[in-house]
Amino acid sequence: MSRIGVFVCHCGTNIGGIVNVPEVVEAAKAMPLVAYADENKYTCSEVGQGSIRDAIREQKLDRVVVAACSPRMHENTFRKTVATAGLNPYLLEIANLREHCSWVHSDSKKATAKAIDHVRMAVAKVARHESLFPKQVGLTKRALVIGGGITGIQAALDIASAGHEVVLVEKEPSVGGRMSQLDKTFPTLDCSACILTPKMVDVAQHPNITLLSYSEVKEVRGFVGNFEVDILKKAKMVDHKTCTGCGTCWQKCPEKVTSEFDLGLGQRTAIYIPFAQAVPNKPVIDMENCRYQKYLKWTQTEEGKKPPECRICEKLCPTKSIAWEQQEEIVTEKFGALVVATGFKTFDHSVYGEYGAGRYPDVISSLQLERLMSAAGPTEGEVLRPSDNTHPKNIVFIQCVGSRDDKVGRPYCSKVCCMYTAKHAIMLKEHDPEVQCYVFYIDIRAGGKDFEEFARRAQDESGAVYLRGRVSQIYQDGKTLKVLGEDSLIGRPVEIDADLVVLATGMEASEDADRLAQTLHISYNIYNFLIEAHPKLRPVETQTDGVFVAGAAVGPRDIPDCVAHGSAAAAKVIGLLSQDSLTTDPLTAIVAPMKCVGCFACKAVCPFNAIEEQTTRDGRIIASVNESLCKGCGLCVVACRPGAINLRGFTNQQLLSEVMTLVRR
Amino acid sequence: MSEDNSPLVIGFLCNWCSYAGADMAGTSRQAYPPNIRIMRVPCSGRVDPLLIVKCFEEGADAVLVAGCHPGDCHYTEGNYHGRRRFALLRDLLDFMGIEKERFRIEWISASEGKRFAKVVSEFTDEMTKLGPRKVG
Ligand SMILES: Cc1cc2nc3c(=O)[nH]c(=O)nc-3n(C[C@H](O)[C@H](O)[C@H](O)COP(=O)(O)OP(=O)(O)OC[C@H]3O[C@@H](n4cnc5c(N)ncnc54)[C@H](O)[C@@H]3O)c2cc1C
Ligand code: SF4
Ligand code: SF4
Ligand code: FES
Repeated sequence: MSRIGVFVCHCGTNIGGIVNVPEVVEAAKAMPLVAYADENKYTCSEVGQGSIRDAIREQKLDRVVVAACSPRMHENTFRKTVATAGLNPYLLEIANLREHCSWVHSDSKKATAKAIDHVRMAVAKVARHESLFPKQVGLTKRALVIGGGITGIQAALDIASAGHEVVLVEKEPSVGGRMSQLDKTFPTLDCSACILTPKMVDVAQHPNITLLSYSEVKEVRGFVGNFEVDILKKAKMVDHKTCTGCGTCWQKCPEKVTSEFDLGLGQRTAIYIPFAQAVPNKPVIDMENCRYQKYLKWTQTEEGKKPPECRICEKLCPTKSIAWEQQEEIVTEKFGALVVATGFKTFDHSVYGEYGAGRYPDVISSLQLERLMSAAGPTEGEVLRPSDNTHPKNIVFIQCVGSRDDKVGRPYCSKVCCMYTAKHAIMLKEHDPEVQCYVFYIDIRAGGKDFEEFARRAQDESGAVYLRGRVSQIYQDGKTLKVLGEDSLIGRPVEIDADLVVLATGMEASEDADRLAQTLHISYNIYNFLIEAHPKLRPVETQTDGVFVAGAAVGPRDIPDCVAHGSAAAAKVIGLLSQDSLTTDPLTAIVAPMKCVGCFACKAVCPFNAIEEQTTRDGRIIASVNESLCKGCGLCVVACRPGAINLRGFTNQQLLSEVMTLVRR
Repeated sequence: MSEDNSPLVIGFLCNWCSYAGADMAGTSRQAYPPNIRIMRVPCSGRVDPLLIVKCFEEGADAVLVAGCHPGDCHYTEGNYHGRRRFALLRDLLDFMGIEKERFRIEWISASEGKRFAKVVSEFTDEMTKLGPRKVG
């Protein structure tokens, strides 16, 4: 006979304010097999946990129910508590009285009735728990970092410096991410390239880091400590082993196309590096625009005049590194931990009709302005209007473009736009003292070290005029742009003749973030930002062990936060990889050999290939579960008609007993 | 049905998405009727249709199964298996004389606390209107 102890938590007033805790305790005492029940102000506190340990010893309890907050919050805490009192940690069950009860119901009587039911279910279930013993498995002491922006770079460097091997996968031809497109950075105005480039070079040179640029993650198998990842290496058409990055090819390539890196403001060649400080500093060939490729394709269709064969790069390359035979390839690598740092992209402002829907050349995005201000940019740092290459004097900024706007499905704040707009106003005045900036804003959000002072400086020292209100229309009038808006503080419409309009476009999740998250089995929100295991307490972990998230891929963040986040993820990875073996979750499936008829319906549904064949002594072939592969989903259990396979911790008998406590009354 | 004639709803929520979504409803204080009793299961694919039949046999008025959105199952395909099995279950319920509306399957992610509350509220309201299940 079991002796079950039930511990009901007030959680301050969080539970006790709605649920009548003493009544739940009394009801628990009357439940079958319950030997002891008590209440605590805060069960998770040292005092609360101590009272559980004492009761286990004094009352000779052999199973415990904690009725408190969500098991997703404290199941592990209480498993450890009962373990220190000598019980098997799996002889514990949690009844969720907070998230699923007191926080969502206001009728005290009904909430108490529900709380009692939840305790009743937990008691029925815990009575059927068995002692479980985790196993030890080995692990691969290598990490994969996906995304080579500042976040991924920081994470890779930290992990590598702790002595572990790192593979850094970046889908573009160079690492650097969005930060490499920036000119100066708030609030210190240090030059972005000056602080980023050395880190990019470190990544390329670190003996523990393998950089796979122009590559993407395709498939992920396995589990924490033992992931197997298929990485697609796109065809660069250049042999990076022999290429010295001399630059002859991209200087001589005759095919010019718009540069993605310069956001349409500049040009690059068909064989290219995206920007001068790119890492690796070796080119790739853009197969869509390469003249030789067009020539090859043309011969197949045999129409019109044959274009020239070109192959200039091949002829001029001093190391004969052009590799037309190169194919994309998939490599499979093993890792113990994964970090996702895929960053963000900026909102596409062409959905805003009132701002010209992307039609006016002199209405640009803030990231485009960064390119214009950058000394390494298409105008070599001279801020020129895209339409006529003149110096703009009256410049209007509009904040919250694609942020805090339900209309375009982006109700969240992008966090960095207030600050980078202030930066732009300050920098433009420095570039040209005749410039006058106007900033339309909703609120100025300058929470951060030295941020408020910085935002003030834009107004007080650089003379930017801040207008609180929305812009209703922009239209082209000759060479100027008429900006019609409202100053809501004085309640009057305003009209400004602008030479240039800059839209502070918000941050969105990167392309394909949802697909990658699905591949990794991690969650993402409706905007495709990745979801952390706990927003406050586990900011870089995910619900999937061994997969960590960091940087702007999780939500809008500035550089200092991204760097901290990257290092935080690295610290978690280093902690994981410093272990010599990992403890596996024992909540796996198990086959009862006598009941198994060998139909292998289980094997057909198991997503992890965990079902294996086994021959019994009497020569029958039956199923058995490979516990290090089983993830405990329970699909096999439902598939098994003879009821031969069961899931530890969620057995058929346990689920049934929970149901029976509810309905048989 | 309990004494005040409010329906007994049993909810099976997958640990990774919908249980977390229900937690999110709590954290953000999204209220819903207190009729539902929540069971945590690893995956919507762990829910045996026969267990749901059992719920009805024993007097539950309604059953909700909630899991991750298609494509988002923590175990990749558990919810696809679930979806197929539950489609068959509907016919079985019909055959047993249990109104199909009493069984519902929903995809609710970890961030959809508000939607969880909405789903449970609407489902409970509908069940209240439908009245108690005629047993026997
Ligand atoms: C106009 C503008 C100005 C800004 N100014 C400042 C400033 O002054 N100060 C400041 O602190 N912050 C500023 N920021 C914010 C700053 O840009 C971000 O905080 C920072 O770049 C985020 O870094 P990240 O590494 O997380 O993401 P990213 O920089 O976006 O890097 C992500 C990387 O991952 C790669 N990637 C994406 N998906 C995949 C995939 N599936 N597989 C492989 N690789 C992938 C991308 O190609 C990219 O290289 C500004 C932002 C904008 C838009
Ligand atoms: S489904 Fe059941 S009976 Fe069939 S092989 Fe698997 S465990 Fe054995
Ligand atoms: S519970 Fe069953 S189906 Fe799921 S991983 Fe384990 S063996 Fe495979
Ligand atoms: S884990 Fe949520 S449906 Fe499978």
